[in-house]
Amino acid sequence: MKLLTLNFLTCAIKACKSSPASFPLHPRDVELEIVESDINLPFLKNILPRLMWAELRTIAAELGLPELPETAPTRDHLVEGKEEAKEGEEVDEVPSQTARDLHRVLLETTVKEGKLVCGNCAHEYKVMEGVPNFLLPGHLV
Amino acid sequence: MSRPEDTLPPDLFYNDTESRKYTTSSRIQRIQSDMTHRALSLLSLASPSLILDIGCGSGLSGEILSQTPQYGTPGGPHVWIGLDISASMLGVALEKDVDGDLFLADAGQGVPFRPGTFDAAISISAIQWLCNAETSEDSPAGRLSRFFGGLYASLRRGGRAVCQFYPKNETQKKMVAQAAIKAGFGAGLLEDDEGTKNAKTYLVLTVGGGDLDG
Ligand SMILES: [Zn+2]
Repeated sequence: MKLLTLNFLTCAIKACKSSPASFPLHPRDVELEIVESDINLPFLKNILPRLMWAELRTIAAELGLPELPETAPTRDHLVEGKEEAKEGEEVDEVPSQTARDLHRVLLETTVKEGKLVCGNCAHEYKVMEGVPNFLLPGHLV
Repeated sequence: MSRPEDTLPPDLFYNDTESRKYTTSSRIQRIQSDMTHRALSLLSLASPSLILDIGCGSGLSGEILSQTPQYGTPGGPHVWIGLDISASMLGVALEKDVDGDLFLADAGQGVPFRPGTFDAAISISAIQWLCNAETSEDSPAGRLSRFFGGLYASLRRGGRAVCQFYPKNETQKKMVAQAAIKAGFGAGLLEDDEGTKNAKTYLVLTVGGGDLDG
């Protein structure tokens, strides 16, 4: 599971829906794996405003990853030499170092084994072979 | 032939043998691929998007979502997250090394993502399973309501979902569409090859607000 996904995933238990502590889920006893993929700049630009940056920084810190910048980059930061392009000019966009770093953290860094723990109810979701188990026993639905 | 959803719950029906059979049948693969392309054309995605695949199974639709426009995927390559209740099906997806993230999850229990997560959602041949209540503490109405309520919230404003499914009859078709409308969706039912044995039903759902090309 990509760290991108962890930035959108919440606890599945109904009683947790209204609690801010049910997001983000906290990785515990985690084995990370880097799975390389082609950078998708239009996707990064699309998803950027939807990220919850403070929570992404928290998770990166909990996983012992290099510290992320305090504030989220803007779309312009993701493109190399954006400032120089003239108005209305068609240029092939080149991903900046910021975009490559973001791609590395969000799309190439994955949780392979471990568990995800809800900060509200303490429910643990097991992750095996990269697949989180979100099946709930009937009484928790 | 009896309908699989009338015999066993999907996690039991799609055991390892059934999962492999499902995934290796070239006829099923072709139909699945055609329906995915049809659903994608109804989603009208213009650029790489974050997509939820409900009942992703072995990732047949996901593999298409991960393709570029040159290989026939409008707006691609998309990034997708797949949910499926069958561990065997997900096992096949893992063997194929699909690009999407996979979750072992029952969509009838809800959609565990924060509001406005996805640009779009797709579901191929899955949501008729929601009409089965497997336990005494659950009902089809409850499962449909949790699913559509969760799906509605997890889509961004202006987002869309297309669910191809096999309704057992007109009553079930209406029950599913009504549950979606009750959750807040704008809903339409589309029938391809209506009245033939190849009839396909697509539930096309829209979330109001926001701008469609954002
Ligand atoms: Zn919880």
